[in-house]
Amino acid sequence: MSLRKHLAGAVFAAALAGLGAPAAQAQTPGTQYFPLQSYRVGPYAAGGTGFFGGFIDYMNLINLRDGGVNGVKLSWSECETQYIVEQGVECYERMKNSNPPPSAWNPLSVGIAYAMIPGITADKVPLITIDHGRTDSTDGAVFPYVFPLLMNPYSETSAIVNFIGSKVGGDQNLGSKSIVVLYHGSPYGRETIPIYQLLAQKYGFKLQQIEVPDPGTEQEAQWLEIRRIHPDFVVLRGWGVMNPVALKTAQKTGFPANHIIGNVWSNSEEDAKPAGDAAKGYIALTTQATGTSYPVIQQIESTVYAAGKGDMADKSRIGSVYYNLGVVNGILNVEAVRIAQAKFGDQTLTGDQVRWGFEHLNLSPDRVKALGAAGLFHSIDVTCSDHEGHGLVTFQQWDGTQWHRISDWIAPDWALLRPIIEASANKYAAQNGITPRDCQSQVASN
Amino acid sequence: MARFNKLHAAAAALFLLMALVVPFIPSDYLFDAILTPMLAISLAALGLNLLAGYAGQVSLGSAAFMAVGAFTAYNCLLRVPGLPLLVDLGLAGLVTAAVGVFFGLPSLRLQGFYLAVSTLAAQFFVQWALTNFAWFSGGDTSGVITTPPLFIGPMAIDSPVRRYLLSLLIVAALTALAVRLVSGRAGREFLAVRDHELAARVLGVKILRTKLFACAVSSFYIGVAGALWAFLYLRTVEPAGFDLDRSFEILFVIIIGGLASIRGAFLGAAFIVVLPLLLSRAGAAVFGSTFDSGLVDIVEKIILGVLIIFFLRVEPAGLSALVARIRWQHITRSRTVETSGSLT
Repeated sequence: MSLRKHLAGAVFAAALAGLGAPAAQAQTPGTQYFPLQSYRVGPYAAGGTGFFGGFIDYMNLINLRDGGVNGVKLSWSECETQYIVEQGVECYERMKNSNPPPSAWNPLSVGIAYAMIPGITADKVPLITIDHGRTDSTDGAVFPYVFPLLMNPYSETSAIVNFIGSKVGGDQNLGSKSIVVLYHGSPYGRETIPIYQLLAQKYGFKLQQIEVPDPGTEQEAQWLEIRRIHPDFVVLRGWGVMNPVALKTAQKTGFPANHIIGNVWSNSEEDAKPAGDAAKGYIALTTQATGTSYPVIQQIESTVYAAGKGDMADKSRIGSVYYNLGVVNGILNVEAVRIAQAKFGDQTLTGDQVRWGFEHLNLSPDRVKALGAAGLFHSIDVTCSDHEGHGLVTFQQWDGTQWHRISDWIAPDWALLRPIIEASANKYAAQNGITPRDCQSQVASN
Repeated sequence: MARFNKLHAAAAALFLLMALVVPFIPSDYLFDAILTPMLAISLAALGLNLLAGYAGQVSLGSAAFMAVGAFTAYNCLLRVPGLPLLVDLGLAGLVTAAVGVFFGLPSLRLQGFYLAVSTLAAQFFVQWALTNFAWFSGGDTSGVITTPPLFIGPMAIDSPVRRYLLSLLIVAALTALAVRLVSGRAGREFLAVRDHELAARVLGVKILRTKLFACAVSSFYIGVAGALWAFLYLRTVEPAGFDLDRSFEILFVIIIGGLASIRGAFLGAAFIVVLPLLLSRAGAAVFGSTFDSGLVDIVEKIILGVLIIFFLRVEPAGLSALVARIRWQHITRSRTVETSGSLT
């Protein structure tokens, strides 16, 4: 055998061993570990850097200010997904056997979350899809490990219609109005089509839903159509570059920005700012307010950034929509751990134990205030059957440089949506051979 | 007909190693994140290589055909209760073959770049159809399909090793079939059409039939690969996962691996699928805590790009030719040693 052959064999063996070796990266033992499937490069980096920056900064705050959660420090490591499903799955496979074990997964991507559901259910580790995800995973009886915290896409739809109702002087006036939904041509964009139809039937408003093919850099045809329809409101269900283009094209066709209502993925500074003047007056939904006036954000600045451990390269983005969403996500994850510790003891918990914490995650407005986040988000109350947690939403308006809150906290019409969610969840259960849990007895046993 | 030579013996040995030894490596990661997707990409690349490498018809629609395979397999399984999985995969291949023949019709009139551009129609049409008609995704408005539990007979395909072994068996069987195909009359006709269409016609090769046959076989392979990708690797699939980038990826696999070569598809897939993972793992291990993960990712991309240029410079005919050359050098060197030995 030639030397070269030996070498090739050795390289092959080393490669196989290197890849096959337990993929765990060295984590500090005795900590509560969070694997982060972040995305800091690629087309959605603005969202990824803000969200994961806020999340990491909050965990750092807990470590620096409180010495961890009841003495248990938080640890984390990042794996770049670029928002690509296959890369996200690879990151999941890479990090799932870590020691200490993962507490919860937070991929911030619908596609990656969908692909992880069978895996995390088998691993018994919770999957958090704050403000997004599979709507029917709200039904915790069928999806015990999936948590679309604060708001799922159906609730968002209902809240937007409720807000428009309040703008026109009450839901009874919706009947004479006409609404156009301009949605992104992707699974995410299409998810709410039947719900808008349902609400149009209920309130009697005229509805047209128009698709913008991905990525949405050309929208002349769609906005000419909108001008022809002459609606009272346009709901912008956009993503990425589609949002500023929509605002600019609206201005060109003469549609007023203050009658465009953006959804939760059209609500960031990165969506409004590039549109310049055209965005002035634009309204968007959010589950967490912007700005740095909240004690928790100020403590991050004074504790984490003062110690030189801040994650944001651009400090001016602290307080932006994605950053604050990351902080809220951090609060929810950390509080789930704290609640689970009350039951299982102040030690490193398993994913399944943390799941119990998420399922009993009840943060009243008073508790939110005690956490220094009053006004940042309202409250949450997750139960076995409701994994969304009755999150309230608010609306904000862009003044050309920043967002201002213009509404109170608004509740979606959960009672109307619940049967649809259960029907969809039960269909999933039937297709996948899942026997739904009995949430009544769960409540009784706790 | 097929001569059983040293190469075949090596391939068989590799298969036995992968089937009998590798499954005992205790690592879900190895199977779920590396080997299973690599096998699916290899099979798709093999399919494309039959069409582009052997028959000379460049296609940019591979990902669309993978999508057709994935969605066919899903719909058949959903709508025909009790359908055996292997039959289902076969159906996925057959439906894709039919779609492939339809989109292969322009190849009768177009060549080269023009044909490549016309196959883009398949890419865009299929994605458009799958996203706009909820029927394809079982009525789920979001258009994301989750695969149902899989069984072969009474055995549930529910562990990483089982999913890997099933992919391996299917890929091995189809590869053996492809080897037979290209070493026989059909393979010679493919090459004749690729090298000189007019000369092939003069020699009595039926151009129309050969091209459409190449389209059908190629699409069959790619369709099965798409079903494997969806069922055994991701286990959930949305049309966006089969975009133009995936088509390019498969094209790059055969260019780097070697056109008109069976093993080229596997070598190329290993390069394109495994090398980025190795780099990313190495990057995370070395720089994980000090640099931001985005920066590490960009550096990995640069290294990968440089390696691709390097390999293509060293061996423009692909990794397959590189392997052949190393083997040839080895043979000639041992012959020289033998001769000199007999002289003394």
